[in-house]
Formats: sequence, structure tokens, C-alpha cells
Amino acid sequence: MIAPPKPELVTVNIDGREIAVPKGTNVIEAARLVGVDVPHYCYHPKLTVVGNCRMCLIEMGMPAVDPATKTPIIDPATGKQKINWIPRPQIGCGTNASPGLHIRTTSPLVKDCREGVMEFLLINHPLDCPICDQAGECKLQEQATGYGRGYSRFVEQKNVKPKRTLLGPRVMLDDERCVLCSRCIRFSKEIAHDDVLGFIDRGSHSTLTCYPGKKLENNYSLNTVDICPVGALTSTDFRFKMRVWFLKQTNSIDAESSVGANTVVWSREGAIYRITPRRNDDVNDTWMADTGRVLYKQVRADNRLAAVKVGGNDSGLDIAVNTAAELFKAGGVVVVGSGRSSVEEQFLTKKLAAALKASTHLVSRVGEGDKLLVSADRNPNVRGALVTGLIAALPAAGDVAAPSASAIRIGGLAALAADIDSGKVKTVVSIGEDLAEAGLTAAQLAKVAIVYLGTHANATSAAARVVFPTLTIFEKSGTFVNQQFRIQKFLKAVPGPTGLPDDLVVLAKLASAAGSSVPSEINALWKLIAAEIPALGTMTFANLPETGLLLDATPWSGLPFVEGETLHYKPAKAAQLVVGS
Amino acid sequence: MPAPAQRRLIFAHIDEPGYTNDLACYLRHGGYEVLKKAVTRKPEELIDEVKKSGLRGRGGAGFPCGVKWGLVDRKSGKPIYLIVNADESEPGTFKDRYIMHQDPHQLIEGTMISCFANNVKQAYIYIRGEMPHGARILEKAIAEARAANFVGPNILGTSYSCEIFVHRGAGAYICGEETGLIESLEGKRANPRIKPPYFPAVLGLYQCPTIVNNVETLCHVKYIAEHGGEAYTKIGTPGNTGTRIFCVSGHVQRPGYYEFEAGRITLGQLLNEVCGGPLPGRTFKAVIPGGSSAKIMRFGERYKGKRKVGAEMVDYDWGVEDVPMDFDSLAMIGTMGGSGGVIVMDDSVNMVEALANINAFYSHESCGQCTPCREGALWMKKITTRMVHGHARPEDAALLKSVADQIPGRTICAFGEACSWPTQSFIAKFGDEFKQYPEAKKTAKPADAPALI
Repeated sequence: MIAPPKPELVTVNIDGREIAVPKGTNVIEAARLVGVDVPHYCYHPKLTVVGNCRMCLIEMGMPAVDPATKTPIIDPATGKQKINWIPRPQIGCGTNASPGLHIRTTSPLVKDCREGVMEFLLINHPLDCPICDQAGECKLQEQATGYGRGYSRFVEQKNVKPKRTLLGPRVMLDDERCVLCSRCIRFSKEIAHDDVLGFIDRGSHSTLTCYPGKKLENNYSLNTVDICPVGALTSTDFRFKMRVWFLKQTNSIDAESSVGANTVVWSREGAIYRITPRRNDDVNDTWMADTGRVLYKQVRADNRLAAVKVGGNDSGLDIAVNTAAELFKAGGVVVVGSGRSSVEEQFLTKKLAAALKASTHLVSRVGEGDKLLVSADRNPNVRGALVTGLIAALPAAGDVAAPSASAIRIGGLAALAADIDSGKVKTVVSIGEDLAEAGLTAAQLAKVAIVYLGTHANATSAAARVVFPTLTIFEKSGTFVNQQFRIQKFLKAVPGPTGLPDDLVVLAKLASAAGSSVPSEINALWKLIAAEIPALGTMTFANLPETGLLLDATPWSGLPFVEGETLHYKPAKAAQLVVGS
Repeated sequence: MPAPAQRRLIFAHIDEPGYTNDLACYLRHGGYEVLKKAVTRKPEELIDEVKKSGLRGRGGAGFPCGVKWGLVDRKSGKPIYLIVNADESEPGTFKDRYIMHQDPHQLIEGTMISCFANNVKQAYIYIRGEMPHGARILEKAIAEARAANFVGPNILGTSYSCEIFVHRGAGAYICGEETGLIESLEGKRANPRIKPPYFPAVLGLYQCPTIVNNVETLCHVKYIAEHGGEAYTKIGTPGNTGTRIFCVSGHVQRPGYYEFEAGRITLGQLLNEVCGGPLPGRTFKAVIPGGSSAKIMRFGERYKGKRKVGAEMVDYDWGVEDVPMDFDSLAMIGTMGGSGGVIVMDDSVNMVEALANINAFYSHESCGQCTPCREGALWMKKITTRMVHGHARPEDAALLKSVADQIPGRTICAFGEACSWPTQSFIAKFGDEFKQYPEAKKTAKPADAPALI
């Protein structure tokens, strides 16, 4: 491990309180560290500073020094070094910490500045909070409470601008609500590298729009909705579905690729309404892909499996487990694990396979990485399978193009197909993987008995002897190991379909039927995992930090991982080159 | 005291019969002789001459030109650019246009001398979009100068090369703000940049050190290169060296442009003697001394205080007519010399309506980037427009002042001051008129007055 260089600390004084911050930290961030809120609209920690909203105006001063002798000038009244206050207010976002910097955020001038800006922002803003989707998470609303006048001195006609403009398939724009902070423009340009947004017209008539002939339709367009401080940009998927204050927030992980973007799942009464990114400066900053935000729709999909089935008929859990046990006794069992299972499930899968002395396979999903937050490996947890020892080598990439247009190659079961053809295999236990999708033919599926654990109906569930319905990532808790070998946890946001046991329970029962006794409760299970897996030896599920924990990746450093460069991730080979040069 | 005679340094040949804007005519009048001598000198010497001269920028702010050149980052290894700010758009100002139209080679010579002094290899003349004629003249003049080896590669047989390009704006006042101009020149919206960190002297055009000088300023540089900085300080008054061109418009007998030694003429001499006083039967009411964003002066008011004359502090007690026309005196009495646009209003002008006109301009020209100016300028315009359309309220004067007070000093660029100073000063000086306006509006229109729209 190479320790990062220690940042140079400088001491600044904010409202009389001294704090040491890294040199170059801006005043908004420095104030945050001492618990002082500097209101702002245009500033965003992950975008360039433009200083246009003027909400973060503060008073700034520097210690007085005699220009001739360079000695500090002492104020006789206080006995301390005199502070030269700059008469004009300065923007907090554009003012960086330097030694001795003094900041006032509560002075009458600062208060007057904030109230003035607040009034200006509101005069042309429509009074439609009751029907605005941003209500409840609107910075304009919040700060109007803090710095608003409470009444309007504006008796003129408000500006009229376009309402309900579709900027793209997922983003709706209401120009009258826009405060022209330019966050969305900067995001599109600087992060998404899809420069399609800009202002037209001048002054107070400035209007946000797409360039002629362009649309905001890149796979990161919904981040503009997240960072819009007001209700100008709203999500076509979420708008008018639910008031945000009714929603419960649950930390989760984006399971669409091995990036493992941190997310928040917003739900109410067992239904999920939206998924938004959660800040993690080492993984996804404050962003996530649009494709990851619609994954919740699988929870209430029509083809969701809801009942245990044996031989195509509804059955009970224990009967199904017994049926599986019978199949296990006959031998010739192969386990198909999944890179979409959690670390805990993979650990139990390994236990099951070990008890059955069965060989294990993993299904690979490889697509094109977008160099940002969707990596080439569309399985979120292949690293977990390595860490738990479920597999020792990476699954072979599929050579069959997927039938859909998503261009994800699914495969890795060629050896299994050959074994089925040669008659060595009698039973296949598939943990959530559609074997047909992964390249097995209908004839191959018909030749073996299938025990299928899965969330949705497909060709494999149709062909299976025993079907155990399982839970989506939103209905259970667990951990994934992302491409950086960072173990991150996701939590249960909504309950699963009525009567379904937790996936760990099903797996534990199957392992027990195969002769291996393992706990099914996650905290108890983690004691066993910590005892058996050295890489996870010091952890418990409960104490895993919200932003994850980086594991030592050296045992697997030689493996040919498929990921290319993404945000905060460089493939190991490239990294070595950098170090070597 | 009679007004001094005009001293035309920059406007020496403006309106001279027979003087044309081609190279041959310029050469006949001794053109490019200064450049020829300048390229044989050390660049540092030329910079020193400009520093010695005390030349202050003629674009409006009056920032010392030598200091501006001294701030340029010359160690970065990046190219240094020079931009000629020909985006003359302050209402009431029309001096640069005449230089470009009638004596473009004077500007080109001044630009080349400044480029040589600062080791600039590429210069741009940013001319406002509304001046297509001027742009064509400049392009022709540059082509002539290039053909004669005054501009371009290895000028005058030296190893020094410099190109000048004319860039036409699309018609926006804010492009006169130097960082807005730079953004526009880079092909973007002319949103002024935040300072710090984007000081043009360090991070200007294409993030390279950049000098932005006004057209007239560069013409003064030519004069300084010819006669020396020391000689230049003898013109005008200490701290306000050289001449100033005053563009007088409005209600005087002889509006026009006049060039005088800075500080050697008073406002009263300029208006009453040079410009012939008010129109027959009228009296002066107010004057804006430095372009429409400067604070207005009301005839009849007095300015008192102490000022420095030499090493001593002396009392002054001036009426509007007594104020010397230089940067410092005008700043001292709370307004500014600005770009030299003197706008005169007589007793036929209603101040509410005059302000409505100015507010309409500034609200239209705000770039819209930062909140106070964007929203405040349009709000003030909406108020004054409503007032002149017959819906004035007694409380509007106080509201206007309060809105205007929320803008200056809180914006990215000086437009915040430019758009709020008129309102602040109109209310301060003519508050009574604003208060009485609701009543005044009620009086019946004269029978012969045409209907407004």
C-alpha cells in the first residue's frame, strides 16, 4: 500500500472558529467542516466553479502586515493581529483557503447579500411549489425559508418562458423555474462529455435549451435532474409519482456492472419510486448511469417468480428442498454460480458445491465499458466469487452475441455444455442464471434435471425440475466486491413477494440437504465468512462502512480482468505502466 | 475664465479636409515613422516610457496602462496576446469609431508598437458587431500595412513578426468587459470570468497572458513612443496625463467630440463655451459625465471637500460647472470620467423617463450570468417602464433605490455597477421628481402631443 501524500494544511478562521483544512479547499467546503452552512446554487463539488449564483457571498479578510517591515500589525483593542476585511463581499465557492484567511458568514453585509440574491431569484420564479415535483428537496424553497423576505415586492409581470419541454427521453425542463446556475450544462460538458445544453438569449430572458438538433439523451442525463437545485429539470420516470418526503431512503449499490456505483433507493410502503446516486468520492463521485436507475422495475415485473415449484406445480419450500436432495443423492451435480449473487450467497454456493463435490461454473457478462460508470463486466460481483473462493479463474467470455441489442455477451458455460453432451452431468443447480441465455441449448436443458433459483421466469425456470423464487437486490441485504476490490454493502429496501424466504435461507437449506450445516442469518453467516476467508477476516456485516472497504487485491492481480478504464479505476496493467514510467 | 484651446493628439487629423484613411495619406503625414524607430529600441524601454507617462486606460476604468503591462505574466512560456478593445458600446461614447473610420493606421501603428514592447506575436482587434464599416476599413488598412511590411512576418526587416486580426462581435455591450470579450473571442457566450483566478494578465485568451487595451489608449501609446513618457506627463495634469476626448451629446448647441488636455478644462467651459451652451430658451438640468453608467450630476448642486494639490490639501467648493474634467476630480465628487461620453439633459427632460431609457438598455445588455445584475436590471427596467406607462406608485422611488442597492459589488463583473449606478444616482439627485411622478403623470397631455404607440 502506498500512502497518499499528506495535504498541506492551512489554518483558516470561520466566524471566529479556527480550523485546519487542506490548502486550496474552498470556503464552502471549509465552512462545512465546522458545521457552518454557506448557501449556494451553482457550486457543485464535482464541477468547475463559475460563481454565478452569488448566493455564497461572504466577507473575507486577511491578517494585516506592515508593508515595509512585513511584521504583523497588532490591533490594540484585542491584542491580536489586525484583520484587513475586504469591503466587497467575495464568493465562497471561488475563494480558496490560504494561511490566516478570515471568513464571516453571519455579518449584516452577508445577510443582506443573501437576502438580496434570494429576492432576485424569486421575482421571476413561478409560485407553483404546490404542483412542483421538486418541492421538499428544492434548494430555492429551503433557502427562501432562511433568507427570503416572506412577501414579494415584485408587482410586475413575471417573465414567460417555455414550460414542459422534453430535453430528451428522460428529462423534462421547465424553463420558468430555472435559476440559470448552469450545473446541468457543466455536467453535460465536463462529466458526460456530451455537450448538448446551453443558454440562449440574454439577461433575465436567458433560457436553457438543447443545441438545435440535439437531445439530452446520453446514459447520464438523469444526473442533471439530481443536481438541478430547483424544479427545472425533472425525471419523466419519477415526476408526479410521489412526494419525496413520503419516501424512505435505503443505501444500495448499482448492480448493472462491476463499477458498483453507490445508490439510494427511495421507497414507500413496499414500492420503489426511484434510485439516485449516493456520493462516494472513490467510486462514483455523485453520479450514476440512467440504466441503473430503472433496475427497480424488475421488482414488480409481470414475469416475476412468486411460488416454489416442483415439476411445474406449486409446492412448498421443504418439499422442494427434499426433491433437490433426492437429485443430489443421484450424483453428477454441477453448480452454476453467479457474478450477480452477493458475497454471502456466493459463499453459501461454494459451501453447497463443496458438500456435493460438484464442479462450479460462473456465467460471464461482458459488454462495452463507457469509460465512466458502466464497466465492461456487467456482473457486479465477479470479484466476490474470487474472494469467496467460489471460482479460482475468471469465467470465459461468451462468444454468442446476446439476442438483445444491448450487445452484452453472456457465456462461460462451454465446458458445462460439453459435459452435458457427454452424459457426465445429471443435475444442474443454477443460482439465478438463465442457462439458455448463457448458451445451453433446449436439448441440453432437457437432458439434465435443473434446480433453479431465480427471480424471473425464463427458459431455464420453464425447464427446471425444482424452482425456488428468489429476491432482487432491493429485497435483501448483502455485499458486492467491485472492480477495485472494494467490498460494499446494499440493504433491503422493500419486502420481497409474500411468503418468499430470504435467498440465504434457501441456500442454507440446500447446503444442509447436501450435508453441510451453515447459518442463514447474515450476521451469523459473516462470523463464518470472516473465519474462513482471510481477506474478509476483520470484518462484520454491521461494521462495514457506507462507502465500502478496499480489499487487498494482490492474490488476483495476475488475472485478465475485462474492465477498461472508468471513473476512479484504472486496469492493473495500465497502473503498473504508470508506476514503471 | 475662457476655455483652453483644443489639443488634438489623437484626433489630429480627424475631419481634416483631404485626409483619407488609406496608407498613402498616413505615410504622407509621417505615418509609421514612430514604429520604425520603436523596433530599433529595446522593448523594456518602451514599457518604461509608458509607465513613466502615467497613461491611464481610456476604455472607462482609467487603470494605468503601464501597470497593466507590468502585471503580464512573462515567465510562463506561453504566448502573450494583445487585444484591442474596439467594442465601443457605452451609450454616449463615440470616439474610437472616428479613429477607426478616419485614421485606422494610427491605431495599427499604436498596436504594433505595443505588441513589440510586450513581445506579442498575435493581436486581435475586437470590434463591435454594429460597426461593419469600421471592420472593413480596419481590414483594408491591415492589408495595406501588411503589404508595406508594417504588420506581419519580419516587419521592417527585423526579426520581429506580429499579425493583427480583426474579429467582429455579434453586438453585445458586455463584450466590452475584458474577460467577456475574451470569452467571446474564444467563440463562447460573452460571460465575464471570475477574478480570481482568471485575470487576463495571467489567464486570458486561451488561458494565456493577455493585454486588453482600448483603441484610444493604444493611440496614446504611439504618441508616447514618439515623444517619450516624460514629455507626455507635461500634457494634462499630474495623475491625469495626456488628453481626453469628450463626446458631448444631448441638449447643447454644438454636440460632438472634442479633445482637451485632461483636467485643464472644466465641465462648465466644455458645455457653455465649447459646445455653445443650452439650446435657445432652455437651461441645463443634468449631465452624465462619463458614459451612461456614470453617476448623474444635477446642475445647481455643490461639491465640497478637501483635495490634494501638489503636496497640500486644499478645500474645494465646486458647482457642476467648476468640476475639472479628469478621472480623479470626477471620482472625487462621486461620479466618473469613464469613457468620456458626456450626456447633457436640459429642463425639457423628465428624469423618470430618462432613467427608463437607460434601464431598458442595461436590462437588455446584462449577460444573464449572475443573479443580482440579471434579475435586478430587468426588475428596475420593469418598474421604470411601468411608471412611464402611467402606473407609477409613490413607493416606486424607494423600491428602485432598494433594488439598485442590492446589485453593485456583488456581481462577477463591473456591469453590476454600470446598471445600478444610474438608478442610484437618479434617485439620489432627483428623488423629488420620482416621488412627484405619479401626480405629474396625471396631468392631461397637451392637445397636440402625438399618442405614444
